[in-house]
Amino acid sequence: MSELLIKDGRVIDPANKIDTVSDVLIREGKIAEIGSVKASGEMKTIDAKDKYVVPGLIDLHVHFREPGDEGKETIASGSHAAVAGGFTSVACMPNTQPTIDNEATVEYVYRQAAEANLANVYATGAITKGRDGEELAEMGQMVRGGVVAFTDDGTGVQDSGVMLKAFQYASMFDKVIMQHCQDDAIAGNGCMNSGYQATVLGLPGMSPLAEELMIARDLLLVQQTKARYHVQHLSTKKAAQIIREAKQQGIAVTTEVSPHHLLLTEDCCVGYDTNYKMNPPLRRQEDVDAMRQAVADGTIDCLATDHAPHLSSEKELEFFNAPPGILGLECALGLYVKALIDTKTIDWPRMIAMMTHIPADILSIDKGTLAIGADADVTIIDPTSPWQVDVEKFYSKSRNCPFHGWDLTARATHTIVGGEIKFQLG
Amino acid sequence: MKKKSSSKDFVWRRKHLLGLKGMSADELIHLFNTAEGFKEISQRSIKKAPALRGKVVGNLFFEDSTRTRTSFALAVSRLSADIVEFTAKASSLSKGETLRDTARNLEAMGIDMVVVRHKAGGAANLLSQCIDACVINAGDGYHEHPTQGLLDIFTIRELRQDIKGLKVAIVGDIAHSRVARSNIWALHTLGAEVFLVGPPTLMPSAVSQLPVTVCHDFDSIIGQMDVLNMLRVQFERIGSPVIPSLLEYSRLFALTEKRMEKAKSDVIVMHPGPMNRGLEIEGTVADGPNSTVLRQVSNGLAVRMAVLFLVNQASKLPADERIDS
Ligand SMILES: [Zn+2]
Ligand SMILES: [Zn+2]
Repeated sequence: MSELLIKDGRVIDPANKIDTVSDVLIREGKIAEIGSVKASGEMKTIDAKDKYVVPGLIDLHVHFREPGDEGKETIASGSHAAVAGGFTSVACMPNTQPTIDNEATVEYVYRQAAEANLANVYATGAITKGRDGEELAEMGQMVRGGVVAFTDDGTGVQDSGVMLKAFQYASMFDKVIMQHCQDDAIAGNGCMNSGYQATVLGLPGMSPLAEELMIARDLLLVQQTKARYHVQHLSTKKAAQIIREAKQQGIAVTTEVSPHHLLLTEDCCVGYDTNYKMNPPLRRQEDVDAMRQAVADGTIDCLATDHAPHLSSEKELEFFNAPPGILGLECALGLYVKALIDTKTIDWPRMIAMMTHIPADILSIDKGTLAIGADADVTIIDPTSPWQVDVEKFYSKSRNCPFHGWDLTARATHTIVGGEIKFQLG
Repeated sequence: MKKKSSSKDFVWRRKHLLGLKGMSADELIHLFNTAEGFKEISQRSIKKAPALRGKVVGNLFFEDSTRTRTSFALAVSRLSADIVEFTAKASSLSKGETLRDTARNLEAMGIDMVVVRHKAGGAANLLSQCIDACVINAGDGYHEHPTQGLLDIFTIRELRQDIKGLKVAIVGDIAHSRVARSNIWALHTLGAEVFLVGPPTLMPSAVSQLPVTVCHDFDSIIGQMDVLNMLRVQFERIGSPVIPSLLEYSRLFALTEKRMEKAKSDVIVMHPGPMNRGLEIEGTVADGPNSTVLRQVSNGLAVRMAVLFLVNQASKLPADERIDS
């Protein structure tokens, strides 16, 4: 009988409203006991004194690039990056080559994930075939294959009629519809936030309106159906306000925010460094402040990295031509602490909730809790050890990360998935 | 004329010319004074100076621009340097080779200076970060076209004592204009008052944060202006959502003979070229007594000689005395 005992940590399990110094006993891959547990002879023990013991972290927005772009990331390398960052479960976006828009490709993702045998990797499926915004993908077939959500991430569904049908159709399956909110007619060929820096740098700007308009539209559409709607990578002040008001009206909407939209602004683009090119683009300081405020008041439900690996050769292109997106998994925890805990925006239990049971609820997966009998996905965090982000040490295959060289404090020391230690800080 | 005074002991420190934003009045004036010297050379019977003998300059044009490319090529030869022409069609530039690859190749060829024109904003900055050679921006996206801005202001300086206090209108498609941006920064630094004239659809998103006055009614301000700089309108924007029709654009913003009646009699009429006669400027105005279009072209040569000369001087300075960005 395999047993693992985590001794003397501060156990933070927001799903069960637990925040206390305690031991956690894992038996046969499940949480067996929380309380004072005596170590017996055979038992493997981890000393978690002065550390936090939390449900395995969940990131519902990552790009693992497989199938098709294995040079950037694979499900195996991405999973390795995930557990190194303290994440036990991730949801992969379907904008791969080919698109994850059918049952066979979904099954392929799960096969690769099983082979990697590191994190719990969940597939999401495209809303429309080939993510072209025209015909609905075979949602029912993909649900059979195990998708946990639908999204055309990388692009938003432009046609309002198609989007309404998608909400109606998806409501059959109780799977959330996630949207990369971007009205292309407004966004044009914008490659950074429209505003002062875009004007000075002579780069085409993307107006915040592109994001806000699609959110507002979708909120009207989703009310006509029984679907659940999740706004991906929220980035503007007004978008946060629109969602805040929608929640007050009881509309079924949730949203997420990335580390970069909590920490960086458009001013970072001044040197044309393509590691600051993201989509949605980095906004202004008042948007960053608004994101933190929206985290504080619960408008933003969960934290998600939008981990987006790209080849160095692509990121070395001119700013306009380089692909958007940055790595997130291996430094996200420390960045969230910097953005949200150090600034006293929220406390640790709330932050852990936003990284565990809340994203689990959005995806309707049975994760994110240390309840007795639950899968033993556990992350142990050293909340105070200083460390410096070094992209050369990342397990990800890519290196596109603007946080290289940042000094952070918190990081995962052990990542346990199904009772097995998949990562241990060495 | 007080133009020549301040710059005797001035040391030019910029190894690259990437843009005019952030350039000081002293730097601009030193550059203009240097250009004046080169303009005198152009008027001699032997037009060559040996300043850059033995140097190799790459003329790297990812976008077509016969005018700017030729002007730089002539400036290089006047300074006795060698020029190597790269154009998008003639070399591997169009075959997916990145700017960085190109930079490495140029470096391997032993090129000392690169003149670069590219459709992406920031291309010259990127090139300057991955090459040892001096980089001169000959226009990058909507970002900057510093030598055009310099030659425009050099031309105004020739005709007026001082830039300070002059009212300069830049008219047309400001949003997509690198010429406008370079002019705005340097004119502002030198104390001119800049007016941007055009429809709101052709203004940059953060125009209110620029040191300018925005005006959509050309007729209401034309009488106060000392300089009218008429930008080229891209034909492909006509009939797109930004300009309803050529006729409407001309009625509202073109510099016609009729509109010239409202202007000061000695107003300076400029155009960076190539002109669309009958679109943004009427032919008779372009060829009229107030037009400096041809003077701009000849001044462009002197200004580009000055730029090549100065960045080469700066490249010989020790690294801690140089400005490399
Ligand atoms: Zn997205
Ligand atoms: Zn994404």
